[in-house]
Amino acid sequence: MKINSPLEAYKFLPGTNCGECGETSCMAFASHLIDRSKKATDCIPLVNEEKYKKKYAELEALLAPEIREVVIGVGEKAVSIGGDDVLHRHKLTFFNKTAFAYDVWDTMDEKDLVERVNKIQDFKKFYVGDFLTLDMIAVRSISDDPAKFAAAVKKVMETTDFPMVLCSFNPEVLKAGLEVAAEKRPLLYAANKDNWQEVAALAQEYNVPVTVFAPNDLDLLKSLAKTFSENGIEDVVLDPGTFPTGKGLKTTFQNFLKIRRAGINGDRDIAFPIMAVPLTAWMAHDDEVSASYWETVVASVFTVKYGDIMILHSIEGYAQLPEVHIRDTIYTDPRKPVTVDPGVYEVGSPTADSPLLVTTNFALTYYTVESDLSSNGIDCYLTAIDTDGIGVEAAVAGGQLTAAKIKKGLDEAGFDMKEKLNNNVVVLPGLAARLQGDVEDETGAAVMIGPADSGRLPGWMEQNWPPQK
Amino acid sequence: MSNKMKLSGLTDLLKDLDVDSLEGVTIEGDIELDISGGGGLNPAMAYALGHEAAQISLHVANIARMLGYPIDQLFAASMGGFPQAPIAGQSRIEELIPAKFDVANMSEWATPIQEVTLGATSADGGSRKNTITLGGENALPYYFDAEMPHRNYVTMDVFDMPIGMAKAVKGNYEDVINDPAEWAKKVVRDFNADMVTIHLISTDPLINDTPAREAAKVVEDVLQAVDVPIVIGGSGNPQKDPEVLEKAAEVAEGERVLLASASLNLDYERVAKAATDYGHAVLSWTQLEINAQKELNRKLMKQCGVPRDSIVMDPTTAALGYGLDYAYTNMERIRLAALMGDDELTFPMSSGTTNAWGARESWMKESPLSQDSDWGPREYRGPIWEIVTGLTLSLAGNDMFMMMHPTSVQVLKEITQTLYGSIEADEIDITNWIGAEV
Repeated sequence: MKINSPLEAYKFLPGTNCGECGETSCMAFASHLIDRSKKATDCIPLVNEEKYKKKYAELEALLAPEIREVVIGVGEKAVSIGGDDVLHRHKLTFFNKTAFAYDVWDTMDEKDLVERVNKIQDFKKFYVGDFLTLDMIAVRSISDDPAKFAAAVKKVMETTDFPMVLCSFNPEVLKAGLEVAAEKRPLLYAANKDNWQEVAALAQEYNVPVTVFAPNDLDLLKSLAKTFSENGIEDVVLDPGTFPTGKGLKTTFQNFLKIRRAGINGDRDIAFPIMAVPLTAWMAHDDEVSASYWETVVASVFTVKYGDIMILHSIEGYAQLPEVHIRDTIYTDPRKPVTVDPGVYEVGSPTADSPLLVTTNFALTYYTVESDLSSNGIDCYLTAIDTDGIGVEAAVAGGQLTAAKIKKGLDEAGFDMKEKLNNNVVVLPGLAARLQGDVEDETGAAVMIGPADSGRLPGWMEQNWPPQK
Repeated sequence: MSNKMKLSGLTDLLKDLDVDSLEGVTIEGDIELDISGGGGLNPAMAYALGHEAAQISLHVANIARMLGYPIDQLFAASMGGFPQAPIAGQSRIEELIPAKFDVANMSEWATPIQEVTLGATSADGGSRKNTITLGGENALPYYFDAEMPHRNYVTMDVFDMPIGMAKAVKGNYEDVINDPAEWAKKVVRDFNADMVTIHLISTDPLINDTPAREAAKVVEDVLQAVDVPIVIGGSGNPQKDPEVLEKAAEVAEGERVLLASASLNLDYERVAKAATDYGHAVLSWTQLEINAQKELNRKLMKQCGVPRDSIVMDPTTAALGYGLDYAYTNMERIRLAALMGDDELTFPMSSGTTNAWGARESWMKESPLSQDSDWGPREYRGPIWEIVTGLTLSLAGNDMFMMMHPTSVQVLKEITQTLYGSIEADEIDITNWIGAEV
């Protein structure tokens, strides 16, 4: 993005405050253009009226991200990668989470392939009110046989609507895959120094995004990307090679840094999304745990620094969990804390005999507790106290969670315990146990101390609820 | 196909050919000509072989058609339909546009991070076998702008009393849990710790309220037991810690330990004075807030007179999935500001990476949610949680890690030292990774 203040964007808008975009003023709309929650196309007059044509075009150019955005796949599961404008996330935030593609290969038994694809597409991990999931399937040609590859691609398509990466260095094999899957807009992998003309022709003929691969040769990588884009192939992904160990890994890391810095600094020839292949860790380790560990470590490095898409192999939970979490970590906007509105929430269908539990308005804490309760069928009232988005333990230590705050939270929510509950009990989180006496004094209620982790609430309820008179 | 004639040769040949002169040629043989071992005259195939080959194929095909060979039917059969204009509209890129990759270094990173040395050898009046120097960076870690002068270091946690630990951690310490000196020996000898942190948590009035003088004896024991530099931590009780750290600083005189911690919610002046009086360094600890970190560092320097070479910062580590998003950016912003000259922030950083074990994903046997996919065995899940937490912060500029699990320590050291450039490994040929049997 070439501009960074709403004022600069405002200059290109009609300035009529017509409200058709859903904002009350053009200035408000301009600020959403800058934080990317709105697009220039949302300004109806700008798009439709002839007199704004020039301004519209100029604005679009100014708003285009520094790193090209590439879309892989079609429909709901389509994945966008790239599109970033900054080198450090606190300056703006990073957009378009790193896309995770897990591999299958064309020498697999059909049954194993279907099972693996299903496992990949079904993966989910609850986190902050939603599920973390995976994105894509990379189909590798080990056989080098076009027919076998086409069959594997077809099977994957029949099993999932996840977008695909078609992986072979043999243009005939890639072509066979494209004949089956072109309409799904898969990513071609890859054009290298030997096959680039044929692969470029395939990308043109079938109009699909394509990866250029030049292991540790940034001149060649740039040369390929430039050649492709100047010949009309705009959807390019860069793979500078992922060397999994030793000095090779250090060099790989620095290549990623160099490419992204050059791209953000305005070198349009190399301003494309970058691919990492942590799967190469499996070429360096024999046993499964070591390979999975190292793959996760390499994946984490390139999630933090500039990998926009990666190809992975291990589908073990212990490897995938940290991978999806580090990705969410890096792509969470660091400029605003993630909170829920303070208040008393009903979980399930609480009655006057249900417990009243206390937690904080830190979104992670709230959703974790809420899901632990609801998924175990516990009907209750759950109070999110305004701790400025700080978790229980830190909020108790820092004074954001106190007896007075809890009293205030209940009052402001209009929750009258005497009227709503038969039991007059407040359940505090285990990590807030030290507030027990104060909360009893402040609210006049009996205070029970729950478990330190809300995952143990079901067991705790069995033991402690209803409370002994 | 034994005919090895080059395509360019064939082009030249055809260019010189007068159609009339083909009358004596056995066209059938040419029709069968297998240009590259592929599929005869199928234009789609010819296209894949390249423009040049396609031209030749068409040329030959046209000749064949003229001579009455049923070429169109053949095309239709091989393509499952009537042939289209085979290469029309297909652009063929002839040349790779040459390019030279170049990127500038960051000119605004002009201020180096302060070097802080921990531990004292006999030459410096201490009894450590070696010292450890943190800091000195001129760029973000492992960047190409400037070599990192020092690698990352790991200090492993030892407690002065048995504590609750995740099962995967506890299994490594059951034999030494009642003996901090043996515990310290074990982490250095068996687990490759660069340093040892002795946490005097029993001094907390709400735990055992161990008197400061008694706690100091444990520090002496640990100093006797190991010869690496040490870090001394209190219990985290703001009333008690200054007194505990004073006594500990006194018995460790000459050893240049790191006192953990000075913070804004306790009498940091007493901790700072203990450090300066006995020649130690001090850990400046704040909670995820860059301005608070600046304020405390400023107070330590200006108000308490702590020399610049004796301050290490701990801007707080939140675990992966539990606030690491803020911890990472907080640290990265601190390091960037320092490199760009904010002299209230130009200090090496430490991370309480052990905090990762507070995340339920690291220790819980399985997900409490039935909708979640299988989390995998916690024996493997726990260590990688600690590794990824630490690794992420290492990329933000963290210099020293306080850790607990031996596997986590080993892998974190391996990855940070790989990025640092001190680990040699056989180069893996990745040019054909697609076909790798993994």
